[in-house]
Amino acid sequence: MDVLGRIFNRSRSATTAKKRLQLVLTQDRTNISSETLTLLKDEIINAISKHIEIDTTNVEVTISSNEAGNHLTANIPVIGSRRIHARNKIKP
Amino acid sequence: MPGQVITITSGKGGVGKTTMTANIGVALARRGQRVACLDADIGLRNLDVVMGLENRIVYDLVDVVEGHAKLRQALIKDKRLPELQLLPAAQTRMKTAVSEAQMVALANDLRKEFDYILIDCPAGIESGFKNAVAPADKIIVIVTPEVSSVRDADRVIGLVEAYEKPAPRLIINRLRPEMVRRGDMLDTSDVLEILAIDLLGIVPEDERIITSTNKGQPIALEDHAGAGAAFTRIARRMLGEDVPFQVMSEPGLADRLARFFRRD
Repeated sequence: MDVLGRIFNRSRSATTAKKRLQLVLTQDRTNISSETLTLLKDEIINAISKHIEIDTTNVEVTISSNEAGNHLTANIPVIGSRRIHARNKIKP
Repeated sequence: MPGQVITITSGKGGVGKTTMTANIGVALARRGQRVACLDADIGLRNLDVVMGLENRIVYDLVDVVEGHAKLRQALIKDKRLPELQLLPAAQTRMKTAVSEAQMVALANDLRKEFDYILIDCPAGIESGFKNAVAPADKIIVIVTPEVSSVRDADRVIGLVEAYEKPAPRLIINRLRPEMVRRGDMLDTSDVLEILAIDLLGIVPEDERIITSTNKGQPIALEDHAGAGAAFTRIARRMLGEDVPFQVMSEPGLADRLARFFRRD
């Protein structure tokens, strides 16, 4: 039993604490509340929807940090019948 | 050489500032440093009680600042350690009884007679905090490995930087190695990664802190294991000695710490 405990050691509450802290501190430090993020998200959806058709129910807007600084990331699923394939992937 | 003023702060209450101030003061004094511990928690004084000097208070910090008493009259000499003295806070006044300028002037007077002036900062980030930080040459942030303490420490670090003080150093207090091993407590490298300031010390959870406070005998007065030994290591580092950090629990922690410090 303890072996299992050790293998899954890092998916215990300490890992959760660390993730939650990183999220909440990014918001604290950049002074952007979750309310503002929600408003931002709605405005982004409106702006993008004017130009391309998107799946508005699955848009994600998050703030994160790394060594390069703080980043606002919007993940916006685009609606279309075909996936865009990268060219040049097959080597001659 | 004039003394150094070091403010011990945290944001969050109850994480060990007063205990730390008392014990680091004792540890430094045992090493021959002339130390003044200053209780800046006006209205909620506790440094006197933790040090066991509560019955010797005649005048306090506010009396000195308002001119009712000389500094020498208010300072209490610790009979156990001649190099250690306490300037107690007022108990029946409010934090507004003192200004930042007055704290700076007071600290400058103390600098002439002491090698270290340790200021026990009140919890919070309002005027009490600002008063305690104003005269500081260096700042120590105390954090416990828990979500709310780390969050508050982060805020305090940001404020200290905004006041253009040098980057503070961190003491992680009340670490429980067994909980860290089980994955139920943030470990040292987690906290360092999040707060990103230099580590000054790690103090384990230790029942002896409670019994020592009960008796008014800071544990750093004697050579104990656990928290007592940690306070001694902290004092030695403050005096410039290169003392390795005790790797408390996890295999790989030493590597992660080494990787973290290798950034420089």
